[in-house]
Amino acid sequence: MQISAKAIVYGDDINTDLIIAGKYTKTLNTNDLVEHCMEDLDPDFHQKCADGAIIVAGKYFGCGSSREQAPIALKNSGVKCVVAKSFSRIFYRSAINIGLPLIECNTELIEDGDLLECELGGNILKDINRNLTLHIHPLPELMRNILECGGMVEVMKRYGGFEEFIREVKKRNG
Amino acid sequence: MAKTFAEKALGRAAGYEVQEGDIVTVYPDFCLSHENASSVADTFHSIGQEKVYDPDRIVIVFDHTVPPPTGSYANSHIKTRQFVKEQGIKHFYDMNCHGGICHQILCQEGYSAPGLLIVGSDSHTCTHGAVGAFATGIGRSEMAAVWATGKLWLRVPQSMKITVNGEFKPGVAAKDLILKIAGDISSSGADYLSMEFHGEGISRMSIGERMTLCNMAIEMGAKNAACKPDEKVFAHLKDRAKKKDWEAVWADEGASYVKELVYDLGDLIPATALPGRVDNYAPITKSAGRKIDQAFIGTCTNGRLEDLRAAAEILRGRNVVVRTIVQPASVEIYQKALKEGLIETFIESGCVVNHPGCGPCVGVCGGIIGDGEVCISTANRNFTGRMGSKTSEIILASPATVAASAVNGVVTDPRDFVNGSAGKGEA
Repeated sequence: MQISAKAIVYGDDINTDLIIAGKYTKTLNTNDLVEHCMEDLDPDFHQKCADGAIIVAGKYFGCGSSREQAPIALKNSGVKCVVAKSFSRIFYRSAINIGLPLIECNTELIEDGDLLECELGGNILKDINRNLTLHIHPLPELMRNILECGGMVEVMKRYGGFEEFIREVKKRNG
Repeated sequence: MAKTFAEKALGRAAGYEVQEGDIVTVYPDFCLSHENASSVADTFHSIGQEKVYDPDRIVIVFDHTVPPPTGSYANSHIKTRQFVKEQGIKHFYDMNCHGGICHQILCQEGYSAPGLLIVGSDSHTCTHGAVGAFATGIGRSEMAAVWATGKLWLRVPQSMKITVNGEFKPGVAAKDLILKIAGDISSSGADYLSMEFHGEGISRMSIGERMTLCNMAIEMGAKNAACKPDEKVFAHLKDRAKKKDWEAVWADEGASYVKELVYDLGDLIPATALPGRVDNYAPITKSAGRKIDQAFIGTCTNGRLEDLRAAAEILRGRNVVVRTIVQPASVEIYQKALKEGLIETFIESGCVVNHPGCGPCVGVCGGIIGDGEVCISTANRNFTGRMGSKTSEIILASPATVAASAVNGVVTDPRDFVNGSAGKGEA
């Protein structure tokens, strides 16, 4: 799976309250999530995401609450992937489970608006504007398979259970 | 080879010996959800499921939006009640005389017990390590999969060891220790790690104090936290353990850790975390005098009886000069506080007492703050805007510090009251 989009650059410790505030998370309406996504952090977020975007951040992206609405809000807003130096654990797990790809690498040289390209599961990320090739920690195979399936819900629908899914993946890979 | 708590607890759950880095498929003993149960139920149905794997492993507690402040929240409650009925889920805590904050309920009602594996669709699920459970937060889709299949995969985490010696001085509490630790190791200092609390300082603490510590492990990124289960825990569970086959597990001497820290409780002074970040530690000597607009005493971190006692001790016979909200962590605590006269103390001193729940902490109801306002709170998170307006700020502190600050209208050292002419009162 090839991912290609412009970078939106943020700093360290982007927490789940900034991604989607708690007051919007108990709603059953996912449009509300998109409407309020990143509103306190970046008023131009939706404009920047209009044609799809890759969020680039520093360390510990997604810290705070377990709210899965955070990766959902980003994905539904048009974010194709989040690239960060590191992620909080629950955010990482939830993003994979809802089908939002994540990449861990050194993000210091990437600038806002740069065109980025990578192959899901590969080990490099290209910054086209800066002619940079960044080495990334390849996504563990298990996570890549969940992402390629479209997230945990799709895995469950297609395979009926997680162990069945793992068996199938192992069989496929010989 | 000597094993960590995480290796032993997840080994017990997996049914074979495991070591850090292993990925295990395990059956959680209890799966906790709150209001997000309604969207977990949506996902559960969307994956074509009809019956949950085991209704007796599911616990649902309404706490984030009680009483519901909007029609949308009320509708979400309706949906969950229907699901609970359809699925025959017995462990359901609606907004009534049995309710409270989910983590308080889980511990108070004996769901959390040593060695059990607990997952929750709430990040503060790590609280249950206070009684020696392996407990961790997960997302909603994952919870739907766990409801359907009964199991999930977990990676056995690496561990860090925090040894706590000595005794607190008057006016200093468990919250001050955990805010100091957050300041020392940073908000990502325990990312992906299992945080073990060791030492006689922990043995001396009540279960409630241990809950305060474990509750905030997630604020440093930890996967879980744990204290060694002891006689206090066994006595607490004697008549209320929901699962009788729990088994105390603890780290072996000589287990290997990626980080080790040692604290002496006698060295600590009251702590605050200044707005924006939980690791924005400032000793009270640095933060005292900052203006506040509201004070909040409650939450899964510090809404227990001992916390209310610590606050009431300072508020007794005094008046608060800023809006002050007190919210017991459960109805049981509320009733005990009533019997002890604590609620009367709060009302007489000018506080507002809320129905047990999470409301203000998560910025949903019961005490939202406005533009530019500052709230000093006993909660666990101080992200800018979390309690309301995006320009509002939160300072974290212990119940005693929050109470002392409410009396003065500025951040105040509780030792001024505890050690001062007012006297300490009963212990």
